[in-house]
Amino acid sequence: MQRVDVTGEPVPITARIGSLVNPLLDQLPSYQSLLYRRKSSTSKPKRRGSSRNRLGSFGSGKSGVNTITKYEERQNGQTLQRPVRELPRTMAEKRTDRDQRLKQDQKLSRWTQRRRSTHRYLKRLREDAQERLNSLVLWRGDIHLIEGMFGTGILSYFSFLRFLVMLNLLIFLLMFSFVMLPIIIAPHTEGNITYNQADGSKCSVYPNSARRGLVIFHEHITDLLSGGGFLEQTYLFYGYYKVDAVRFPWFNYNLALAYLLVTIAYILLSLIWIVKRSASGFKRNLIQDVDRFQSFCNKVFAGWDFCITNENAGKLKRSSLLYELKVNLEEERIKQKIADRSRTEKCRIYAIRLILNIFVIAVLAACFYSIYWATIFSQKAQLDQKKENFMVDLIYEYLPSIVITLANFITPLLFCLIINFEDYSPAFEIRFTLMRCVFMRLTSIGVLLFSLWSQITKCKDGPCDCGYNHLLYSCWETRVGQEMYKLTVFDFIIIAAVTIFVEFPRKLIVNYCNCRLAQWWGQQEFAIPQNVLEIVYGQTICWIGTFYCPLLPAICTIKYFFIFYIKKVSLMNNCRPATRPFRASSSNFFFLVVLLIGLALACLPVLVGIAQINCSQACGPFVNYTVSWEVVPRTVSELPIGIRSLLFALASEACAVSLFVITCLVMFYVIALAGAHKRVINQLREQLVLEGRDKRFLIEKLCQAQKPPTVWSSPSQPQPRTSRDSRGSRGSSRSPSYHTSFSSNYNDAMFLAHAPPHSSTHV
Amino acid sequence: MGNKQTIFTDEQLDAYQDCTYFTRKEILRLHGRYHELAPHLVPMDYTKEPDCKLPLALIVNMPELNENPFRNRIVESFSEDGLGNLSFNDFVDMFSVLSETASRELKAIYAFKIYDFNVDNFLCKEDLEKTLNRLTKEELTSEEVQLVCEKTIEEADLDGDHKLSYADFENMITRAPDFLSTFHIRI
Repeated sequence: MQRVDVTGEPVPITARIGSLVNPLLDQLPSYQSLLYRRKSSTSKPKRRGSSRNRLGSFGSGKSGVNTITKYEERQNGQTLQRPVRELPRTMAEKRTDRDQRLKQDQKLSRWTQRRRSTHRYLKRLREDAQERLNSLVLWRGDIHLIEGMFGTGILSYFSFLRFLVMLNLLIFLLMFSFVMLPIIIAPHTEGNITYNQADGSKCSVYPNSARRGLVIFHEHITDLLSGGGFLEQTYLFYGYYKVDAVRFPWFNYNLALAYLLVTIAYILLSLIWIVKRSASGFKRNLIQDVDRFQSFCNKVFAGWDFCITNENAGKLKRSSLLYELKVNLEEERIKQKIADRSRTEKCRIYAIRLILNIFVIAVLAACFYSIYWATIFSQKAQLDQKKENFMVDLIYEYLPSIVITLANFITPLLFCLIINFEDYSPAFEIRFTLMRCVFMRLTSIGVLLFSLWSQITKCKDGPCDCGYNHLLYSCWETRVGQEMYKLTVFDFIIIAAVTIFVEFPRKLIVNYCNCRLAQWWGQQEFAIPQNVLEIVYGQTICWIGTFYCPLLPAICTIKYFFIFYIKKVSLMNNCRPATRPFRASSSNFFFLVVLLIGLALACLPVLVGIAQINCSQACGPFVNYTVSWEVVPRTVSELPIGIRSLLFALASEACAVSLFVITCLVMFYVIALAGAHKRVINQLREQLVLEGRDKRFLIEKLCQAQKPPTVWSSPSQPQPRTSRDSRGSRGSSRSPSYHTSFSSNYNDAMFLAHAPPHSSTHV
Repeated sequence: MGNKQTIFTDEQLDAYQDCTYFTRKEILRLHGRYHELAPHLVPMDYTKEPDCKLPLALIVNMPELNENPFRNRIVESFSEDGLGNLSFNDFVDMFSVLSETASRELKAIYAFKIYDFNVDNFLCKEDLEKTLNRLTKEELTSEEVQLVCEKTIEEADLDGDHKLSYADFENMITRAPDFLSTFHIRI
């Protein structure tokens, strides 16, 4: 790039030290890689030399050019490894590079040529396929719009939602193809379905719960909302799959085994997919050095979302960046304050924290107890079959869901209030409150299930005959499935209702009413953490409930599909983005960590249900087994002896212990490797610092050596400057002392020999 | 694809596809966008490689760049004359570097150029002040600005010269978690 000064002369763009123009820095190899774009040069070395005519005015002209051409040739050899598109050059240069490479390829052997061209062709094909796949991605246009209007923080929420839709769809397809499809196609392909017959024992009595006679309309609605009545004996619930085996002409399909294996498969699939998605974010989080936390650099250089296209969004982004910077400065101040705390203050703070944590635990215990009580009350009300009133019946059915939702609404407010007294740093406050809310939300489902199971396995007189209370719960899995179904439906109704009946009026009130209350309430903020918790909660219910209600993933897919549009409309019309911004990078990682916690918490009830609790004898595919897990040992015992002994060997203690030991060894090795890498990185960083100082020192000495002695007495001579150089005058005040100190200490011919390697040369 | 386009030769499109992170369709779409910025200046037929440049003012008004506080610097960094006049090659190059799939190193190089306001190959305190003022529209007090600039240099400066050379910047930006996700423009 040629800049011109007032006289029209080309101005050299060179690196500067203080105000001293330093041509030597231009010739450094590291600087060459950063050259600004200039008029395209062809491959002829003569032209290359002329394009560096800005160096010509200084003494180092010819030799500099030669070293440059030599260096570039070497560089070309190196850059052959990098694809053309990654070079920081003008398009014309890249095209000449590409043509050069193609010409060079002609000289290679035919085999290498063919390999290269197929490689290129495959790469092209893959890119085209990728582009076509991208155009099929769900909601691409919507997400693009949201990104432009609100930035990448909120975008991450919506792409997370899309991920969950895909995940649920996949789980449903798994369930459908392995459990429902055989039953559906069996009559058409001469298959024979053998049903589990009632063996006459009292455990296998399953009264039909379908309504008879004249059914009032609102009872249909009750059935639809609670999963009872006409819905109970459908594909929706576990109880319908009372199939022993499906005998096709060519093989026997063990539906019980398939049901169990699909459950395990969908849990593993979710785990693998989530881990894969979080791997990139995890790597990035690991790279972040803990002790040199780069909050400021990250915000200044990577703070602005370049994809914002909307004026309002730009304003909001600006104000949120401002807020973040102020918070950061505040954090620095608080860190200082914390460091200055006296001992009595510390004791006081710890005492307060202890009291408040006990209070939090008490609140959680109270919530859990109320959920337990609500579940038991609801179960009793359903079993007593007291038909008081349509509305009251519905409320009794939905009592656990209502209590859970209320608890999840009140506790975050409480936690936000409490955290103010605990006096943590702002970043830690946010994280800690979030963790508390996550814990509250996800364990409330566990409490619900636990209370259900305590009901199911409790009989009036001592231990239960069938392992469960067969009088009240002839098919307890269906009942659990119904509770999960109700939770899902209620969750969806609440999200839709809050949007329509709370956020929309709020917007109207705030916009059109000028009273102080409205202004204080303010417009709705799109709080990402709370929204994410909502959908993770729904997904946890889905994971737990799929075993008991195989169609639940499909319902969740449809639910999340509608939630996307509801949230999008709400965002566009009602909300403004949160003033407390949520960083995109850490947010993706945070979402997936919370999802993993949800998955882990969901595994527990499912595994306990499969392995511990006696399955019902009156319904479902596991009628002939005591616990659902029993189908696996029974199938294994029917396998040929070779495979059986192999499986036994794999499951034996010897194999497990040796696997454990190997895993431990690998883990230790990897940890040691990581530690070694960290040490190397620190060493390299220190070396970089020292090299930078060395370079600066040497260059200053060289400049000194090049200058004629008369220059030294005067301050830095006026070099050709553009208007931007006026700032260099700040440095010039320092240069006289710099000059004189060197002139007094060193003889110009000899100073290079005497120069100490690490003298401090501050500029 | 089927439809015969006469804007570029096949060879040109191949070259573009190799030299940028775009596919053929996207390059044709970019040409459409370039053309609609100045329909009377930009020819529809690029097979002869016409030498047509659009001034800074036109490019900076594109909706993708309009809200960006660094739009002038972005366009200047990709122009050959340093004043912001982009040919079609420069235009494609700009959006290629700013696309989602561009490599981190390439983005770091251009990010450094963009933030280097006085074009001296260092990010000195003045550059940082300018960056900050553009980011926050001068709503920080001057002492807060000073503090933030000092802290930023302190965090990233490795060789102790109180300004950021490219090595410092690259070392810092590769560890900035948000860089890849924010430093891209979708077109």
